[in-house]
Amino acid sequence: MYSLLQGAFDPALVALVAALVIGCAGIPGLFFRKPGSGQIIAAAGTILAAMAGVPASLQLLFSHTTSTYLLEWSLPFGPCEFVIDPLSAFFLLPVFIVSAAGSLFAIGYWPAAEHRATERGLTFFYGLLASSMAILLMARNGVFFIMVWEVMALSAYFLIVTEHELENVRRAGIVYLIATHTGTVALFVYFSLLAAQTGSFLLPAAGSLSALSPYAAAIALAAFIGFGAKAGIMPLHIWLPSAHANAPSHVSAVMSGVMLKMGLYGIFRTLTFFYDPPLLWGAVLTVCGITSALLGIAFAVAQRDLKRLLACSSIENVGIITTGLGVALLGVSSHITVLVYLGMAGALLHILNHSFFKPLLFLGSGAIIHAAGTREMNLMGGLGKGMPRVALLFLVGSVSICGIPPLNGFVSEFLLYLGFFSQLKAGSLVYLVFLAPVLALVGGLAVVAFTKLYGSVFLGTPRSSEAAHPHEAGVTMLAPMAFFALLCLLIGAVPQLALRLVSPAILSSYPQTALAAFPAEYGAIMGRLSLAGILLLSAAVVVTLLWRWRLGKAPAASAPTWGCGYQRGTSRIQYGATSFSELAVSVFNGIMLQRVERPKLTGLFPRVSRCSDVPTETLLDRIILPLFSMTGMLFSFLHRLQHGLMQVYMLYIFAALFILMLWAH
Amino acid sequence: MIALADQLLVLVLLINFVSLGTSRLIFSIRAVAVQGVILGILPGMIHPFTWHLVGITVVNITVKGFVIPFMLVRAVRSAEIKREVEPFLGYVPTLLLGAVFTALSFSFAGKLPMLQEHQNFMFVPASIATLMTGFLILTTRRKAISQVIGYLILENGIFIFGLLLAEAMPIMVEAGALLDLLVGTFVMGIVINQISREFSSLDTSRLTSLKEE
Repeated sequence: MYSLLQGAFDPALVALVAALVIGCAGIPGLFFRKPGSGQIIAAAGTILAAMAGVPASLQLLFSHTTSTYLLEWSLPFGPCEFVIDPLSAFFLLPVFIVSAAGSLFAIGYWPAAEHRATERGLTFFYGLLASSMAILLMARNGVFFIMVWEVMALSAYFLIVTEHELENVRRAGIVYLIATHTGTVALFVYFSLLAAQTGSFLLPAAGSLSALSPYAAAIALAAFIGFGAKAGIMPLHIWLPSAHANAPSHVSAVMSGVMLKMGLYGIFRTLTFFYDPPLLWGAVLTVCGITSALLGIAFAVAQRDLKRLLACSSIENVGIITTGLGVALLGVSSHITVLVYLGMAGALLHILNHSFFKPLLFLGSGAIIHAAGTREMNLMGGLGKGMPRVALLFLVGSVSICGIPPLNGFVSEFLLYLGFFSQLKAGSLVYLVFLAPVLALVGGLAVVAFTKLYGSVFLGTPRSSEAAHPHEAGVTMLAPMAFFALLCLLIGAVPQLALRLVSPAILSSYPQTALAAFPAEYGAIMGRLSLAGILLLSAAVVVTLLWRWRLGKAPAASAPTWGCGYQRGTSRIQYGATSFSELAVSVFNGIMLQRVERPKLTGLFPRVSRCSDVPTETLLDRIILPLFSMTGMLFSFLHRLQHGLMQVYMLYIFAALFILMLWAH
Repeated sequence: MIALADQLLVLVLLINFVSLGTSRLIFSIRAVAVQGVILGILPGMIHPFTWHLVGITVVNITVKGFVIPFMLVRAVRSAEIKREVEPFLGYVPTLLLGAVFTALSFSFAGKLPMLQEHQNFMFVPASIATLMTGFLILTTRRKAISQVIGYLILENGIFIFGLLLAEAMPIMVEAGALLDLLVGTFVMGIVINQISREFSSLDTSRLTSLKEE
């Protein structure tokens, strides 16, 4: 602790202390008898820590220096280093920003007075999750990394099962737990192999390993499985939709906005170890990435649960990021620096963007659920009239996530498009250009998904009695959302600044990009983009004002939406969420089956009947669950070993011991 | 002194047989208490004097000789049981098995690659034999209190093995072993309480109804 006094202004130390403060923020609340004050203390602590942590991370990002701290521990796994290099500093930004915003949101969304039983644990584990993610980014010892990783995974589990009295929530928790521990097993393999390769548990420096060494392929595979399971890259995404849907909304925001990125961070970090990755690795990442993007958004289109839709769209975004990383890796293998730069810039910027608009949307969904009392989009409608502010902020988030200019989602996808097209004239890797239409399709489907979401939630007329009288969210809920919306607008309006933010992280991971003049070149392109964006924005504002002005002149008549001139229109005449997306989903019938149970209608005046639909996930429902039950049947003979008699269990231990003793001779 | 220690170990082995052969619980508990006291004295006989050693001796004699037996006797009294009525395996067969295992452990210990100075003493065979006795009691008896006795004897066996290392053994390891014992006793205490409340008997074989189908 002596160094605390010496280097009080060392940004790395500030970030470390901020991370620890966030982790401890939930502790005081555990001891208060009266509900409420603990939550406020936690939020205040987290926000203050983030206000210190964000400038510190920015300083670390731009200072080009890395400071190392050594933890004195008595465990036999070598020195335990804490290092914050630009890559870590970059990932630290969303950790601090999102966790602070979420903790403020929690005050309005999960008030302690109403949720006495769960609020304390929720606040405590929330802090622990945020803190463990921040420390994870600094950890450079494999064993310590796994420890922090487990703290992160388990605190996320406890957050998911906050409402554990519900069957669905428990099931989501179990699926998450299995998925995350499958990943952890792979990480054990990964760190062991890495230690076997380098001779210590310290993570190797960037570009210090050869991909031709015997373990390299196994290391990369283990990293892909271990970190990919956390990030939700297909086919390792099965836990993601239900876990995100069943957690409290601000937790979903942190999980989707930040925790998935920890998996991506692991993949980024691993790939920087190798100076000569084979072309295959990049190709695998690109293909997996673009598949995740396409299928993820196809799943999203089919969902009728508001938060599941957002969760599936997270799979899509993780897919886009992975595609960018794959493209960058292809660039590294074939020594095309422009690909490295554009791929990495697109991927990193999309990470930042996704950690702004996805929490915005998840927090918005929290506000919606708070008002409508359900997650089912088919039961909502017309909420925009009761909660116009939430509706506006949600619109900003939806436009960003669809990658529509002038908001931030467009910027990162634009960089990826530039990357795809950059090799068209060069001759090698021309086939990259085929990714462009796929990414465009993903963007189009995203528009379908979010039009469906926005339309069925905010527009039209209410479809249920709860949705009929929504209340506007309080200021603690609106403020974080407005903050994220502002960030989205900011990056969209001045993308050249955002590009400067990611450049140090790229430089530190791939120093070969230093020689080229890319930052200046693409900075100029971004400048033009910014100009166009601002023009577009002002055009939109002008049109809106004109429209308002005209509206003011004419006499206003009001009638129900989709009234269509009927005398007695009902809210059921309007398009439902499912009917809106039915056509788009039917295209993906093989992978994404929408089981619609239609009633048989006979005669001119059919009786009252019901129609319901369940989106089926092929991978989970058709492959993984049958596989699990088959394994269960295969091993059912082991059930016979389980007698329930303590004495017999003792006998097993005894017999094992005895056999070992005999065997030793 | 070491010769005396060997003779005390013979006593420990005899106590093993006593607890294997008796059906009366109180008697069995007292026998284990005596065993605990003997084991508490032993470190002082084979190692030179240190305050560390005094600490080990005092803690061991109090915990194993008095605290745990006292708790167990109280449990027996309050549960109003006197005997282990129907063990899974009769007393005579368990005694015979105990004898077989003791003989086996002597032959096993003879083959272990040990330091020259430990070669001729009974520590290792006595330790293994006691451990096996503990296992035998754990596997053959029904009553929860017999189970605790089994754990105690098992731990005694581990302790005898640790005697050889008493100087090298850091305090953490000792604390860990004692903690294990304490936790084990607590868990069994809870089990005893819960079984007697649920099934109004202390028969651990009733726990099968908790089995997952």
